[in-house]
Amino acid sequence: MRTETRPTAAADEPIQGTSLWSDAWKRVRRNRAAVASLAVVAAMVAASLIGPPIIEVSTGYTYDLIPTDRALVRSFAPFRGPGGSWSALHPMGTDIAGRDLLARVLLGGRISLMVGLISTLVSLVLGTAYGATAGYLGGRADEVLMRIVDVLYAIPYMMIVIVLLAFFGSRSPLAQLVLLFVALGSVSWLTMARIVRGQVISLKNQEFVLAARANGVRPVAVIARHLVPNALGPVIVYATLTIPSVMLLEAFLSFLGLGVQAPLASWGSLAADGVQTIAVFPWQLLCPGITMAVTLLALNFLGDGLRDAFDPRGRRSP
Amino acid sequence: MTPLLSVRDLRTWFDEEGRTVKAVDGVGFDVQRGETLGIVGESGSGKSVMSLSIMRLIPSPPGRIVSGQIIFDGHELLALDHDSMRRIRGRRVAMIFQDPMTSLNPFMRVAAQIEEVTRLHLRHSKADARAHAIAMLERVGIPDARRRADDYPHQFSGGMRQRVMIAIALACGPDLLIADEPTTALDVTIQAQILELIRASRAATGSAVILITHDLGIVAGMTDRVVVMYAGTVFETASTPELFARPGNPYTQGLLHSVPNPAAEPGAPLYQIPGSPPDVAHLPPGCPFAPRCSRAADVCRQQFPPFVELAPGHHSLCHFAHDVYDGRSA
Repeated sequence: MRTETRPTAAADEPIQGTSLWSDAWKRVRRNRAAVASLAVVAAMVAASLIGPPIIEVSTGYTYDLIPTDRALVRSFAPFRGPGGSWSALHPMGTDIAGRDLLARVLLGGRISLMVGLISTLVSLVLGTAYGATAGYLGGRADEVLMRIVDVLYAIPYMMIVIVLLAFFGSRSPLAQLVLLFVALGSVSWLTMARIVRGQVISLKNQEFVLAARANGVRPVAVIARHLVPNALGPVIVYATLTIPSVMLLEAFLSFLGLGVQAPLASWGSLAADGVQTIAVFPWQLLCPGITMAVTLLALNFLGDGLRDAFDPRGRRSP
Repeated sequence: MTPLLSVRDLRTWFDEEGRTVKAVDGVGFDVQRGETLGIVGESGSGKSVMSLSIMRLIPSPPGRIVSGQIIFDGHELLALDHDSMRRIRGRRVAMIFQDPMTSLNPFMRVAAQIEEVTRLHLRHSKADARAHAIAMLERVGIPDARRRADDYPHQFSGGMRQRVMIAIALACGPDLLIADEPTTALDVTIQAQILELIRASRAATGSAVILITHDLGIVAGMTDRVVVMYAGTVFETASTPELFARPGNPYTQGLLHSVPNPAAEPGAPLYQIPGSPPDVAHLPPGCPFAPRCSRAADVCRQQFPPFVELAPGHHSLCHFAHDVYDGRSA
């Protein structure tokens, strides 16, 4: 408790205003599951960023290195070397071509997380701006904007993606990857736009919005400061659900051969490869699969914690 | 002296499912600089629609301002473009709403909500806006304002939130403050504090106030002049003492009668105007009050009543205004 014993000098200093974000951060830190999830996600991001170079330096393996020694071009189980002896060389074993699975899983993490993150970012920015504008303007403008979304919805997104990839797909795996980002980003914002529009419509008739307008606040500021923050709860929850769903979509595309192409890898393409050998070399499916599952679970818990944190009115875990 | 605000023949209609609801239909009044004008009327008499019309915040569609003039300090508000109107809102005309529980943004700290307005209209720097916000919170009587500035609205009680609303409204030093039932949602003791605050702010800044209420006690205690509204039109307008002493309209008489008299016998029935306010979508052809009026004659049911001047500054919309004013019974 603060009392009147505060020094008077401090009272004259301007008090630092804190933002919604720093406040939400404080509340996230109080939520253990969210903090643990954040640690898992952060660890995964860090590992996928710095893991491959470390492996390369310490073992010489990279994600696409196929050993020149023919005896090593075969699937080793985790921590097993030639002849079934114990070895720390491949903590996750190797794939059928003898490539180090850990290096591939970490690289796959890079690509999977990037696909999920970029598509979600596109859906956040585009979907929120689009939906909020439509909801705020209402009337005919809303009608037109949302019919456009309906039309885009009506086209099967898988078809859009496949057409895009087939049309502009090039030989270079990297160009293919960029195209994948564009394709997934362009379809992932539709639902977000609908969610935000619905929220904004229910919010814009509330008195505080009317009060803001009665104070002469600009329409853009009404949307950005008054409507969007109040709609943030569902947006964050949906965004965290978008990350795994986009990652799964990417896995599906990779499975069809339209997504990430070898020698690049994503968790999806690794799992797809692993499925083919599941009876003989189960770790080739389990290692990328478990890594992906743990990450997605952590993302979900994190989203849950964020939702609680962004609602200052309560739902606080004790 | 030209009035600060002059409303002439304002008509705001709403198109709803093929019918037209004439929520405000021919309202006119003046507000002088520094005065407090009370607007009284039952629910649905068009008070709030009228105040939102002045701010040009009528949702459109379905609403539209069909005709009229709203002249504020020489500007015809209905002719202003959106940007000019936006610069008047909050800066020169500010508004306080009825429900303090819902009229603050739950996601913004209270000081930030004041800062938003002053940074916008007064071009305050971040530090200036912050200092001004704290000063405003102190002025409206928020204890320990410096510390509470960073609280969220849900950490404030209803009365405190209404104080914050007043602080926002007064932050830019407006010429006119429109208070739309500012105390209806509050406890009686808090009501008195809030009204006192509005009164004190008016005295300190010299801004004019339009006080919309259905509480005649508040009108008597707070206002200089009164506009009585019924069914979207002005039924009577007079100085406050005159209106209470010598009403010139049967509806005003009915309203004054409806105030419970503490000196009455316990158990004595409370007076109420018979019937209920009319549906403004289906008004009778004559006087809208005729079906409830004890004096109503045939002329009342057939012809819309004239707006009669009874004394300087005292007008009444009634066929029998002079009879009522002079105390002659029907």
